[in-house]
Amino acid sequence: MRSFNPNDILFLAQAALWTIALSLIAFFGGGIVGAILALWRISTLRVLRMVASGYIQIIQGMPLLIQLFIWYFGLNLLGMDLPALMAAAIALTLYSSAFFAEIWRGSIEAIPKGQWESAASLGLSRFEMLGYVIIPQALRLALPPTVGFMVQIVKNTSLTSLVGFVELARAGQLVNNVTFQPLPVFACVAVIYFSTCFPLSILSRWLERRTHGHRQPVRSA
Amino acid sequence: MGYTFQFGEVFRYWPLLVEGAINTLLFSAIAMAAGLAVGIGGAVCRNSSNRALRAVAGGYVEIVRNTPLLVQLFLFYFGLPATGLRLSATEAAILALIFNTGAYSTEIVRAGIENVHRSQVEAATSLGLSRTQAFLHVVLLQALERVYPALVSQFILMMLASSIVSAVGAEELTAYGNRIQSENFRSMEVYFVCGAVYLGLTYVMRFVLAFLARFLFPRRRALARA
Repeated sequence: MRSFNPNDILFLAQAALWTIALSLIAFFGGGIVGAILALWRISTLRVLRMVASGYIQIIQGMPLLIQLFIWYFGLNLLGMDLPALMAAAIALTLYSSAFFAEIWRGSIEAIPKGQWESAASLGLSRFEMLGYVIIPQALRLALPPTVGFMVQIVKNTSLTSLVGFVELARAGQLVNNVTFQPLPVFACVAVIYFSTCFPLSILSRWLERRTHGHRQPVRSA
Repeated sequence: MGYTFQFGEVFRYWPLLVEGAINTLLFSAIAMAAGLAVGIGGAVCRNSSNRALRAVAGGYVEIVRNTPLLVQLFLFYFGLPATGLRLSATEAAILALIFNTGAYSTEIVRAGIENVHRSQVEAATSLGLSRTQAFLHVVLLQALERVYPALVSQFILMMLASSIVSAVGAEELTAYGNRIQSENFRSMEVYFVCGAVYLGLTYVMRFVLAFLARFLFPRRRALARA
């Protein structure tokens, strides 16, 4: 047993890099899958709409932890190497994709119908309408909630510690196991998470204020 | 890929799964009720004219929303005993869930309160209601009514997130899943079944909360009919 020292903080900081790496994987992976799903969700083909909405319902209706376990043990059965990292990356990507799909579908549907109609009256095809008229406007609306969801992604990576992947939360447990000083150790872990997430929260809020004009909150009695 | 699924091995343990599901609902119900109470208190503080109260409530919300539930749970379960307060896994789990839900509810309820028009409060005070009375009888119910859908989504997310508390050994559905899995080694099947149960629980919660709204907000029904 030894006390919590600066070397441990260095170790936590290194583990935080894994948290950030996993978050980026989940963000880009989830973003790509989510974009496809969002397009499926508003597709003119009924089958695609149904597949996408079924997928989203299932993913959003199951805890991320259970999904992690399924991928972790599933990949193990298939005899894959690096199961913890793979399972974490796949589970986080799929989980994020369902939420991104819903966020982006919402922003696309928030664009007034008149925009579609005027684009159609100019003779644009459906893909041209989406690409040149609808999506550029929807991106503006989608930006604040997308950044906001990045906060959720960073926090969700902490669950990968439960399948044994060494990121920030797991590193905290490891340090706690040798120092037996849970309060300072986990407080330090929390501070690192906070300093990653808080700037994103602020950014998201700032973007939202910018998109929605200057709506001042009214303080009630 | 020579794997044959044997779900029978999991269904043999159905009493454990049922118990786990009931515990998950129980944890969620407690966290919902207490979390909403914390949320209402927090929202009042956030709107208070007292600067210190505003800062404390704001800090609470930001800290909770920008750190993972898992770390909050560790702080409650491993951290609190260091200060002399020893909690069982279940107590720590429920406290962490309340602490977490309280912050999200604070923001949701605050949005609701801010959306109730000033004139409502002015009308209430001109009728001779005190500020507290005006808040309780006029503002609060309308605020909750407006943000009820957001609260329901948040509560369902919390119910799903409650699977995390199995990490400290609190006895809910995921913990039972882990236990079954360690007995029959049918991990894939066990977690598929657990996932399906959670999916079912989300529908149960949606249904119950929608049903509850009919009793909590009779005014809305009257408005919808008018």
